[in-house]
Amino acid sequence: MTLALMQPVELSPTFLWIQHLIEAIGIGGMWSIVITYAILAVVTFGVLALLALFLVWWERKFAGHIQQRFGPMMTGWHGWYQTIMDAVKLLQKEDILVVTRDRMVFFWAPIIAFVAAFAAYIVIPFGNGIIVADLNIGILYIIAITTFTIISLLMAGWGSNNKYALLGGMRSAAQVVSYEVPMVASILTVVLFAGSLSMVDIVDSQSGWFYNWNIFRLPFGPIAFITYIIAATAEANRTPFDIPEAEQELVAGFNIEYSGMQFAMFFLAEFVNMFTVSAIATTLFLGGWTGVLLPSWMWFLGKTFAVVALLMLFRWTFPRLRVDQLMEFSWKYLVPITFANLILAGWMKYAGWYW
Amino acid sequence: MTEVGLRTEEFQVNMGPHHPSTHGVCRLLLTMDGEKVVKVEPYIGYLHRSIEKICENRTYHQCIPILDPFEYVTALSCNYVFALSAERLAQIEVPERAEFLRVIMLELNRIASHLIFFGTTAMDIGALTPFLYGLREREMIMDLFEMTCGQRLTYNYIRIGGVSKDILPAFVPKCRETINIIKDKVDEYEALLNGNPIWKARTIGIGPLSGEKAIAFGASGPILRASGVKYDLRRDDPYSIYDRFEFDIPTRQNGDVFDRYVLRLEEIRQSIRIIGQALDGIPEGDFKAKVSLKFKPPAGEAYTRIENSRGEMGVYLISDGTEKPVRVKTRGGSYNHLQLIPEIATDCLIADLVAIFASFDIIMPEVDR
Repeated sequence: MTLALMQPVELSPTFLWIQHLIEAIGIGGMWSIVITYAILAVVTFGVLALLALFLVWWERKFAGHIQQRFGPMMTGWHGWYQTIMDAVKLLQKEDILVVTRDRMVFFWAPIIAFVAAFAAYIVIPFGNGIIVADLNIGILYIIAITTFTIISLLMAGWGSNNKYALLGGMRSAAQVVSYEVPMVASILTVVLFAGSLSMVDIVDSQSGWFYNWNIFRLPFGPIAFITYIIAATAEANRTPFDIPEAEQELVAGFNIEYSGMQFAMFFLAEFVNMFTVSAIATTLFLGGWTGVLLPSWMWFLGKTFAVVALLMLFRWTFPRLRVDQLMEFSWKYLVPITFANLILAGWMKYAGWYW
Repeated sequence: MTEVGLRTEEFQVNMGPHHPSTHGVCRLLLTMDGEKVVKVEPYIGYLHRSIEKICENRTYHQCIPILDPFEYVTALSCNYVFALSAERLAQIEVPERAEFLRVIMLELNRIASHLIFFGTTAMDIGALTPFLYGLREREMIMDLFEMTCGQRLTYNYIRIGGVSKDILPAFVPKCRETINIIKDKVDEYEALLNGNPIWKARTIGIGPLSGEKAIAFGASGPILRASGVKYDLRRDDPYSIYDRFEFDIPTRQNGDVFDRYVLRLEEIRQSIRIIGQALDGIPEGDFKAKVSLKFKPPAGEAYTRIENSRGEMGVYLISDGTEKPVRVKTRGGSYNHLQLIPEIATDCLIADLVAIFASFDIIMPEVDR
């Protein structure tokens, strides 16, 4: 067991050429692997930062068109670099710090949110072989690492020393604990049929035509997908489950005392989280990168953006649930449904009634 | 929990004066037990502009623009209620055409106000999009006002003895088109929200107000009618020419957030009916009676009340026969409705408090004046 842990995680074959290149210039052994991973981390980070910027812009456009207005229009073609300008503005801003804050907790909260949001992408397959590391516990790792976001929200709520922020933090903790359960139960349904926790294996189990996708494995596939999407919306703190930062009740919730770049980190983390849950939905239910004609990464991005669009549609059309209704919905409806679904799926797997 | 030495304590939160959902600068001091609101104490006075005192130093004609921001969402009602008081003091006969124009404009303004209510209430309950829809339709009404009197928010349109300007020939067809669009859009709003399970869960049964309590607290307007009391000044204390039009007074029974919301949408439909009839019957003639610029009503006093979109709006006017009023006392429905907040929003969740506050459609300029 200890031996296995000390082994470096195997690099995806697609990126072996980077390691060979580094070895070619004379850096060998362990260091070549470390440097390769560092390069991949920087590239992933860059891609995701761009994606998050794009998502912010897209959300604003999406909201604009739903609300019969244009959204950002002034900066570039249809306002395409509006989010870049916003980020630059936030970078220049003074960090206004509350004197009564808890210094350490306040400082680390956005960093943890940011890192946790990005760290999930180690195991997300963007295409056939385009994955940083195919961990054999991939999906478990994602669940574990994305839950870190909650700690950061709680820290932000506590560290701000503000009653609204504290309420927001407590709300988010309660919400995520409640919705983690149905989310994991929905994910387990898929894991049951793939027979593996590895993201690549899960996608491979859905290869072939679209009827092999988990969402089309009747009857439990669609149910698991719907419950997952509901739970994921709550995980990503989006309407109708956006109570941690309900503007009309808590002003801004946990991030009320944050300004400048610290606020931007929360903001970007939120959008990265939205992309994460959509990417997981794509991988688990929509066949991941599989598809015909187009390159695999295009299929993956296309499907993920479709799920993102669904989440955006929720946000701009639904009212917000109340905090007790939210808990009730999870424990009274979602948890029993997902577990019944899981048992059904297990039974069908045992009986062999599936394709 | 006390056995293991844990204890909880109540804490106080200042909701406002600057808070997204207090609709202006209202401060609610909340005593909270976790998410639950144990006690609500409203504090007012942040928007006091001493409108009444200023009016005492102005001539009657100058009072009208001063009173515009008394209730700026329906500024025409403020114009109208003051002009009506002055007309009653001096017993001025208003031309027929002016009465029709006043009714059309007042009802358009009521629709505009209810559209804002629709948008902000939906927004406070977390649905962001209806706000834009409500304002989109309100914009068309604003265009009609701009076309007639040049203003979009504080109109200064209804003057003593009539209105300041006649309508343009293009007004009538454009107004007809607008109300037809709004009629369809109100159906759309209902389709958008009424059946939504989240909306229903957030509004039905929240903040119920009984008819007796509503009367006891001096509630008026839609709040009163949503609690089952059929009372509308347009019918019960008729002013202007409302008795000539056919319209219903919608009422609801439960007096919860949902009823107050549905009732206002129904009122938009009734206002559209009134406007439709008024547009058909606009007579030719003067739009303003001859009123001297040195308007001096005889000594006396008059209280006039009208049905505003936020309940009873009144002006109590005392004249000593000079150019300036001795006393101008204004009454707005929101002041009474704010008193109801501690009464019905105690022991609910903070999210419900926001929904109740929004459903009362309180605006602070009317409270503080």
